[in-house]
Amino acid sequence: MTPPETETHPTGPLPGGRALSAPLLGREDEPTLFELSSPGRRASSLRTTGLPQWGADELVPASWLRTEPVPLPEVSERDLAAHFTRLSHRQYSVDLGAYPLGSCTMKYNPKVCDEAAARAGFANVHPASPPFLVQGWLQVLCELEEMLCEVTGMAAATLQPAAGAAGELTGLLLMRAYHAARGQDRRKVIIPDSAHGTNPASVTLGGYEVTTVGTNARGGVDLDSLRAALDEDVAGIMLTNPSTLGLFEEDISEIAAAVHEVGALLYYDGANLNAILGVVRPGDMGFDIVHLNLHKTFATPHGGGGPGSGPVAVSARLADYLPGPRPVRLEGGGFSWATPELSIGRLHSWHGNALVLLRAWIYLRLHGPDGLRRVAEIAVLNANWLRERLRGTYDLPYDRPVMHECVVSAASLERETGLRAIDVAKRLLELGFHSPTVYFPLIVEEALMIEPTETESPQTVAALADALVQVAAEARAAGDAASARQAPRTTPVRRVDEARAARRLVATYDQRP
Amino acid sequence: MDVPEELRYTSDHEWARTEEGRIRIGITDFAQDALGDVVFVELPAAGTAVEKGGPLGEVESTKSVSQIYAPVGGTVVEVNGDLAEAPEKLNEEPYGSGWLVVIDPSDASELDGLLDAAAYRASTE
Repeated sequence: MTPPETETHPTGPLPGGRALSAPLLGREDEPTLFELSSPGRRASSLRTTGLPQWGADELVPASWLRTEPVPLPEVSERDLAAHFTRLSHRQYSVDLGAYPLGSCTMKYNPKVCDEAAARAGFANVHPASPPFLVQGWLQVLCELEEMLCEVTGMAAATLQPAAGAAGELTGLLLMRAYHAARGQDRRKVIIPDSAHGTNPASVTLGGYEVTTVGTNARGGVDLDSLRAALDEDVAGIMLTNPSTLGLFEEDISEIAAAVHEVGALLYYDGANLNAILGVVRPGDMGFDIVHLNLHKTFATPHGGGGPGSGPVAVSARLADYLPGPRPVRLEGGGFSWATPELSIGRLHSWHGNALVLLRAWIYLRLHGPDGLRRVAEIAVLNANWLRERLRGTYDLPYDRPVMHECVVSAASLERETGLRAIDVAKRLLELGFHSPTVYFPLIVEEALMIEPTETESPQTVAALADALVQVAAEARAAGDAASARQAPRTTPVRRVDEARAARRLVATYDQRP
Repeated sequence: MDVPEELRYTSDHEWARTEEGRIRIGITDFAQDALGDVVFVELPAAGTAVEKGGPLGEVESTKSVSQIYAPVGGTVVEVNGDLAEAPEKLNEEPYGSGWLVVIDPSDASELDGLLDAAAYRASTE
């Protein structure tokens, strides 16, 4: 009798979103622009036009003039373009392949949004233009606020915050303004132990003290621990739902009731909104303040430093405190700016990252309500499918159906073979995928937090699952993790010493040892 | 995991050692292993008054930032300044050169409420 055939997967070219064909040439370090510099070289040379010329000393008072030239790199346009193009070829990006970085929601951004945002009528408008000249822009911003309120179940919104953490700070300042208007000086904000690291940081920046509550056996907020922490000194609680474990918070109604009973507010961290879009709304769950990451859920540029966008939507009782000026509809038609009566002030020098906001408006209009719901459904389906494929290979803590991402653990693998989450992450790079988030949330040992998102095809999710299974199988077959410890062997930069980078920071090229 | 018998512990993974009426404080071997490579330590200045269970400082590793809590109340009289230049000492010798602060306790009997080595070891299992 022959043994049953085990499921095998082709190792040749797969249709999945692996980046193994990426053109990564060479292993040499890319020189800095300073090292490419050649004295006297310029990006452009102006033709003699016959116009009169002035020296700087004729135009600028002598006391304001430098005596030494600024040590800037001198390169041609051609050298400059080649330098950045070479660097870009060494980057992994969403446009290159699957990027399952949990909690970050690295979805593919539809190019039609970029196309519209590049139109001169939008891109070349000065933010100080008088309202009568920018009625189209104001309409976009007004409608975006309204759509975000509809999606979140809130009454009003601000588009100013420039990213998620700025949204969090905005929310906490709104919380403070709300309590101050009631003559209350509450000092504490509650955060679950599974929360994003930005939450406690924002609480501190907002002038509050952090109180941590624990997680119950099903991965939700521990209600007893929460009730014990709640008192009249609590300004609010910051939650994500689904939680950072990718799990829906089943007790959200009880949590909201308990928090409201002591006069505190519920803050919704919108990092995980992708999972519930068009299905359930934070406002209906009892939340008072919601920040949205347009660069996650609404597929605007993300990674590589943004720019992001973190609008904040609030319930009616907080609307008067929103940052201003806000775009408003005028009675009798048309649009303008207005600042709410009790506004906490500006959170951005202008109106937020406007071209990112425009992309989100297009994304929302492209999908419509039914399309948005489909986004959440496919995101959740992909995450659950992946999780089931990893069952038996990795540990599944808090074993119940997940929302848009799944947290698996390499703890057993580490005990058996020495293979740690970081080794899985590095080996995965060699197999053509960006790594998932590792070692987060902190309450799961050797955590791998995987978010396939709805933009990856079943073929890509399957190829990613195969790669994750392959990494574990290699270590189990070898009985150790020696090979994976060498990974990544195929990338321009191999394993970096994160601890040394943080302990001995070298901030400029000329300080390199 | 190293849990020296002669020290007292908190469930938050700090250790305390009595030295001529004063109390030296650090984080445990278990804590440093869980944190991973420590890259920055923030400690109070000497002379700072701390409450038992109150915040004493922060330890930042490549993975996370964690609060350290004071095992006993009192006044900080000595701070391990070497950690600014060499935070890796926390990983290398958590009970030795990786100590954090020395506290002059306002009530030395608070030490009795802490865990002994056996109880701490049990709490980490």
